[in-house]
Amino acid sequence: MPGKVHVTAIINGEKREFLCEPLQTLLEVLRDELKLTGTKEGCSNGNCGACSVVLDGLLVDSCLVLGVEAEGRSLVTIEGLMGSDGLHPLQKAFLENAALQCGICTPGFIMAAKALLDKKPRATEAEIRQWCAGNLCRCTGYDKIVRAILAAEKSM
Amino acid sequence: MQAFDYVAPGNLAEALGLLKEKGDRARVLSGGTDLIVQVREDKRRVALMIDVKRIPELMELRFEAGRGLTLGASVPCYQLYESAELVKAYPGLIDAAELIGGKQIQNRASFGGNVCNSSPAADSIPALIAHSAVCRIAGAGGTREVPVEDFCVGPGKNVLKADEMLVSFFIPSPPVRFGAHYLRFIPRNEMDIAVVGCGVSLELSADHRKCVRARIALGAVAPTPLLVESAAAALQNQEVSEETIGRAALAAQAAARPITDMRGTAEYRRHLVGVLTKRALRKAIERAKEA
Repeated sequence: MPGKVHVTAIINGEKREFLCEPLQTLLEVLRDELKLTGTKEGCSNGNCGACSVVLDGLLVDSCLVLGVEAEGRSLVTIEGLMGSDGLHPLQKAFLENAALQCGICTPGFIMAAKALLDKKPRATEAEIRQWCAGNLCRCTGYDKIVRAILAAEKSM
Repeated sequence: MQAFDYVAPGNLAEALGLLKEKGDRARVLSGGTDLIVQVREDKRRVALMIDVKRIPELMELRFEAGRGLTLGASVPCYQLYESAELVKAYPGLIDAAELIGGKQIQNRASFGGNVCNSSPAADSIPALIAHSAVCRIAGAGGTREVPVEDFCVGPGKNVLKADEMLVSFFIPSPPVRFGAHYLRFIPRNEMDIAVVGCGVSLELSADHRKCVRARIALGAVAPTPLLVESAAAALQNQEVSEETIGRAALAAQAAARPITDMRGTAEYRRHLVGVLTKRALRKAIERAKEA
């Protein structure tokens, strides 16, 4: 029976150590071991993007990464977005534009939007829609999400 | 999810030693976008996961103009379209890299993984075939090269022996007046599996009037992706015209052996082969004229 593996990673700017079994996904490690439950589980097969996090600067589905793969890597989750001066502009824009209903897809969308705006601070509506193809929302019809990301761009 | 061991060797020799020892109970892990799902759903039994992303040869991305591109088997898709020189030199590969999954998938998934997963509908395979890519395989017995069109032998099956792994692709530098394109049909805009995929490449004569040579590859219309030589022959040394494009499309339709499944009927797929082959050729011709 495989044993637990000791993993050290930078999570939201802090060095964290954890033990995990090789079969645990990064999503399971975040939620079950580190109690970082802001990252949500949707489909667990890479279709919905609810579990999106930024790993070494790249947007990934944490359900498709093994926890052990995080060794030596740097990770940002939704919990890492808030600064000392309060909510991140994207978080504020999602609230102000009512860009969520049930909220399960929201952390994933915000992480995806953050990865986009880090690369392209003035992304167009078409670019936002294309970029967010890997994030599903079953409530909003997407329009308010796109408006919120455009509003966040203006405030940043 | 089944229990397995995990190792992340730093060099190829170590990874090959582990493969030889564990045989088919070991699996090579690149981006994991297929493999992790298959293991979670118990579609694949794995005792040892060998993460090869710390092996330099698997992550190599080296382009020598006039010679070719070495594309490590684990290089994620986004690295292709973020390179301006690769966008220019390998347009068919870029088309495929940009439409596999969403950004989250493109940041992890590799062409090597896509090819080893050996789905008949894999988007990277017709594009790689169109660009004349060769698989560089390493195993306990040494190394060998296999053209991508000969790599898959059935749905989910390929020529790799239990002690072998795909290390990289070599893709020759395109000649002058070269154009390529990959496109697929899906009933939505993004994030779907090809109903039919078509990758083509061609080289035009100096006056742009003739097609000097062509390669046409199809996905999702047979147990493996197909290189359709009869379709390419319809273009070779012919005038570039709607008529010759039409003849190539007819030859591609004749070579397709589609099945009916939840994504489409055999008849519908055969129709799509004609439409996509023509569209792919027109786009590749346009690119060759601009090149």
